[in-house]
Amino acid sequence: MLMSAAGVKSAAGADAILDRPAVAPLLRVAIARKVYRRAGTEPVEAVRDLAFEVGPGEITCLIGPSGAGKTTTLRILLGLDAEYEGTVLPDPAEAGIAMVFQDPRLLPWRSVEQNVRLALPRPHRDKNLDALFEALGLAPWRSRYPGALSLGMQRRVSLARALAQEPRILVLDEPFVSLDDAAAAGLRGLVVAAVARFGTSVLMVTHNVDEAIEIADRLLLLSGRPATLVAEVPLDTPRAERSRSWAEATRRGLAGRFPNVIAD
Amino acid sequence: MALLARLASLVVLLVLWQAVSVYADVRTLPSPAAVAAFIGREAQKGDLFFNVGITLMRVAISFVIAMSLGCLLGIVLGRSKWADQILDTPLLVILNTPALVITVLAYVWLGLTETAAIVAVALNKLPNVAVIMREGARGLDPGLEEMAASYRFDRRTWIGNVLIPQLQPFVIAAARSGISLAWKIVLVVELIGRPNGVGFAINYYFQLFDVTAVIGYSLVFMTVMLAIDTLILQPIDAHVRRWR
Repeated sequence: MLMSAAGVKSAAGADAILDRPAVAPLLRVAIARKVYRRAGTEPVEAVRDLAFEVGPGEITCLIGPSGAGKTTTLRILLGLDAEYEGTVLPDPAEAGIAMVFQDPRLLPWRSVEQNVRLALPRPHRDKNLDALFEALGLAPWRSRYPGALSLGMQRRVSLARALAQEPRILVLDEPFVSLDDAAAAGLRGLVVAAVARFGTSVLMVTHNVDEAIEIADRLLLLSGRPATLVAEVPLDTPRAERSRSWAEATRRGLAGRFPNVIAD
Repeated sequence: MALLARLASLVVLLVLWQAVSVYADVRTLPSPAAVAAFIGREAQKGDLFFNVGITLMRVAISFVIAMSLGCLLGIVLGRSKWADQILDTPLLVILNTPALVITVLAYVWLGLTETAAIVAVALNKLPNVAVIMREGARGLDPGLEEMAASYRFDRRTWIGNVLIPQLQPFVIAAARSGISLAWKIVLVVELIGRPNGVGFAINYYFQLFDVTAVIGYSLVFMTVMLAIDTLILQPIDAHVRRWR
């Protein structure tokens, strides 16, 4: 498996290999096995031999079929699930990870602003968030309750809550599903801008290949259950230079090489 | 508009009552005017305020005890499977014991005292509160728990902003159903073993076969409890739901 990943790397771009090992990764995930056991049912193996790293300032997309154990992997690296074989380094509590969940998971009884502030450690609750709210277009909504906002706006609040942490790694679980194209594109742009501005690394789980090709520096392709790493694909074309035809060609190329993960 | 409808139905009810009592012309169905006159006399004597006050006091004390213990118990039951398995049966037993039996036993074991009366009412109401709160504590949103864990909410932040807001609707439901239950039981407890209070007064006038007085006392107390619900509990409820 490591062989195949290395093979893809060298095929895609030589300089990426040269400078990558020089920077220490922010997070190393190595899950040997994760099995769900529940009394009265067959044990289900969700993840097997999944290892990857998140480097500084890069956008990594985990792509795999629905129900493949992507969310399980995220729960493990967030420290929400400790029952697995393997290691996550550094410890999730110290890794500086902030999570944007698939559903916004806001406290409906607290205002937008309170939702963002309450997730901060107590000493930082009072910090100035004007620039953040302004950047995410949330300034007029600060005192509203989340219930008054559309799903797209709620997702922005969820993103604001994560960015307010000034995380080293921003983890996003299918952040753009069930949004209309305009709202999804807007939110995608905000994530990319945040990476550019704060140097935050992003680890994003998605099953939308086009979306991943548009913004990722690196794709991690996962197989179906149990989730296992099929390939690691760097995308070295700078984001600004990615055209529609480039995206289509990339997608076709990937579909040819990994027909089980990516449909044509 | 809603208020107008309520008032109209009240007026219709009063008119109907007056008409039936005039038509039937029996001692067992006094007219609204007679009841009002009784209430006025009793208020002037001071008996009304004394009895209503003392009953309200008992309702308040036992209500506070039952609510606080019931909430705590319910949260523990809802959060811990182990506690639920052990305490579920005793809870069901108390829940299904007639109020009268609990009252009689409390008086037998603790004597005809104020403590026994309060204990009896609190014990009657506590299982209801616990059962409602158990449902609330069981239904905590797992998504929010994960969110709170991933953002490392400290205990105080979690209790104040995640736990309590989710339990509030259940506390209000328990309080509103509980307060009406409490005052009905307080009357029984007073009737059996207290020398004062609305329950005592009703029993006293019942023995004199004074239906006017019985209806008068219950009307006054009902009005007081309705006022508590509308003026205190409903506004709290509305405040708690303001974000919806």
